[in-house]
Amino acid sequence: MKRQINEMKVVFPSLSHNERFARIAVSGFVSFIDPKVDELADIKTAVSEAVTNCIVHAYPDAVGKIELCVKVFEDNTITIRISDKGCGIADIGKAMQPLFTTRPDEDRAGLGFAVMESFMDKVRVKSSVGKGTTVTLTKSVTVRSEQ
Amino acid sequence: MNVRFITAAETLCALLSGDIDHHSAKEIRREIDIAIKENDPKELILDFAAVTFMDSSGIGLVMGRYKLMNEKGGKLVIAKTPGYIAKVMRVSGVGRLAKIVDDYELTQQQEVMKIETAN
Repeated sequence: MKRQINEMKVVFPSLSHNERFARIAVSGFVSFIDPKVDELADIKTAVSEAVTNCIVHAYPDAVGKIELCVKVFEDNTITIRISDKGCGIADIGKAMQPLFTTRPDEDRAGLGFAVMESFMDKVRVKSSVGKGTTVTLTKSVTVRSEQ
Repeated sequence: MNVRFITAAETLCALLSGDIDHHSAKEIRREIDIAIKENDPKELILDFAAVTFMDSSGIGLVMGRYKLMNEKGGKLVIAKTPGYIAKVMRVSGVGRLAKIVDDYELTQQQEVMKIETAN
């Protein structure tokens, strides 16, 4: 088991201006290991996608809580867990299909999961209808001082 | 976030800035669509030079504006995308809908004076 070297958790309401807060919080938190700039940008983008999903889909008509938990391991692996207690996803396979969206009218591209998958090493989704969804993103980063 | 607009002949150029996410996309979309209505351009250039962050909400924005321009028989051009935005564009395959250019030139350009309206 690899050793965890740092951990943080924040809980915030599903207000759209918190999309920015969430990605900046994660990028600020992991900055102590000094990842490459483009890897930091990848992480910010993936976090923004996951948090936006909570706001748009998990809590469509109400404001609910979003929990963001970040862990950094000694091998420079970062795991980010984004959880909500919203409506849940009935068909995860379909939801993860590129271009699939339930909200085409709002100019949603249906690319949230596709972006998460191409920008992170691993994306795991657990969901239960009526109970909520947890998305876990994992990425192994290159530390600049090691180059 | 506000969008600056430049017109030149039948081209409308939208200079985007700041972060483009689900939160900011609504207002950007509204401003661009008003400018399209008022200027009726044959070509819309979306300039990303000053954009500091973009997720797939920006792709939705691009796809929606492509649809709008396509319905009018016009064209959409994506310009000056910084590296981190080019990556999101690549993943989305949006390059099949719009031309992506590093730079562009406008002749007889004019900055559009914006009339601020209440939401």
